[in-house]
Amino acid sequence: MKTITAKRIEDAVYQLCVDAASVLPRDVRQSLERARTGEQSPIGRQMLDCILENADIAADEHQPICQDTGLVVVFVRLGQKVFLEGNLDEAVNAGVARAYRDAYLRKSMVAHPLNRENTGDNTPAVVHVRLMEGSSIHITVCPKGFGSENMGGVAMLKPAQGQAGVIDYVLSVVDKAGANPCPPIIVGVGLGGTMEYAALLAKEALLRPVGRPGANKWDRELEKELLEKINGLGIGPQGLGGTQTALAVHVNSYPTHIAGLPVAVNLNCHAARHAETELEGE
Amino acid sequence: MAPKTLNLPLSPQAAAAVRAGEAYNLNGVLYTARDAAHKRLVELLDKNQELPFDVRGQVIYYVGPCPAPPGRVIGSAGPTTSGRMDVYTPRLLAAGIWGLVGKGDRSPEVVAALKKHGAVYFAAVGGAGALIARHITAAQVVAFPELGPEAIYRLEVRDLPVVAAIDSLGNNYYVRGREIYGWKNHQGKRG
Repeated sequence: MKTITAKRIEDAVYQLCVDAASVLPRDVRQSLERARTGEQSPIGRQMLDCILENADIAADEHQPICQDTGLVVVFVRLGQKVFLEGNLDEAVNAGVARAYRDAYLRKSMVAHPLNRENTGDNTPAVVHVRLMEGSSIHITVCPKGFGSENMGGVAMLKPAQGQAGVIDYVLSVVDKAGANPCPPIIVGVGLGGTMEYAALLAKEALLRPVGRPGANKWDRELEKELLEKINGLGIGPQGLGGTQTALAVHVNSYPTHIAGLPVAVNLNCHAARHAETELEGE
Repeated sequence: MAPKTLNLPLSPQAAAAVRAGEAYNLNGVLYTARDAAHKRLVELLDKNQELPFDVRGQVIYYVGPCPAPPGRVIGSAGPTTSGRMDVYTPRLLAAGIWGLVGKGDRSPEVVAALKKHGAVYFAAVGGAGALIARHITAAQVVAFPELGPEAIYRLEVRDLPVVAAIDSLGNNYYVRGREIYGWKNHQGKRG
């Protein structure tokens, strides 16, 4: 067994939160530049110019790319040979609280969905843990803005609806979302599993490098067809019309039940922020 | 085409001349308000109580900014989704608000209220909070400080870039833009 202390996890989460807020991942930046080249609408190009200039200002001045610095979603892959000294959730939340205070990020969490009282430090995070081989811990921090999070959805389709049903559903979600999720968007699609698992697959799909094809031919075909149809909706950058509505569609699938065809859609705004690191056990 | 300059608060003539789909630079005073502040403003109107600032002729910006780091006026300050304010907006337009700045389409009720009151709705660039903060030259909390990022701020802005999304005639560029670039409209099929 190798040991990783809670303090190391807290420090890692702190740095990832600070970095993710102001530095757009390189692949996201490149996909926005491609969108700027391909956009046919003059207003759309103007929107993309502002978005690219904003990314430069944010990185240069260590300012948040977007004032919605998000609900912090943390994906932890924990090596099976790691002994965690301390409490994982507490370590993650301590890192989040310190980062959101020190880096002047917005505190957007309310304690109960109905009482709406701000927790004051942007905690708690939403933490997903999976086990993996080895003696390290991999941490991905994904601050998720709610302009885009609010526009997702889950549907339990009938198996008979098949690929056409999945395409119709995803298109209906993006169509209804319109300008709200801050296009150009990344569309995460989770297919299969159960209701909650499809939603998790859709969220994880957003972390894939922008435009990298899916794991199997079914997913890849779906991605290609959906991207073309979504960009044909005409929503465009910021919803003011255009040909670049989505930067990419990422489909993640999983086996499912003979009676079901769960499909989940999770949308990410153009400020698709995430940062990751790996800590080796000692 | 270069953006036209608009001074805030808006004069009735200036508001009437704004056309959906055109770019503008806003100069002058904006008041911020988002979900929680809207709820409180409408509660005050319901009770016939005085509002915390004179809303007549003013422009509201839907934003919950990041805290100001030392030496800065404000943190990142891009627009939030306007649609969440739709239930409150007709009341505020009736109370004298003349313009709105946010992101995303509005309900038919809001479009009708904009027409009725001769008011306009501008789209700022969503997710461009660092860029927009550069155009904010002063920020002061004027109401509900306990709401934190949802407090009402009085902002002074210089050349804040926006696009008129819905004008006082009810022209809506969220609809028009999709008509121009969406294939479902000119190819007559979908899905």
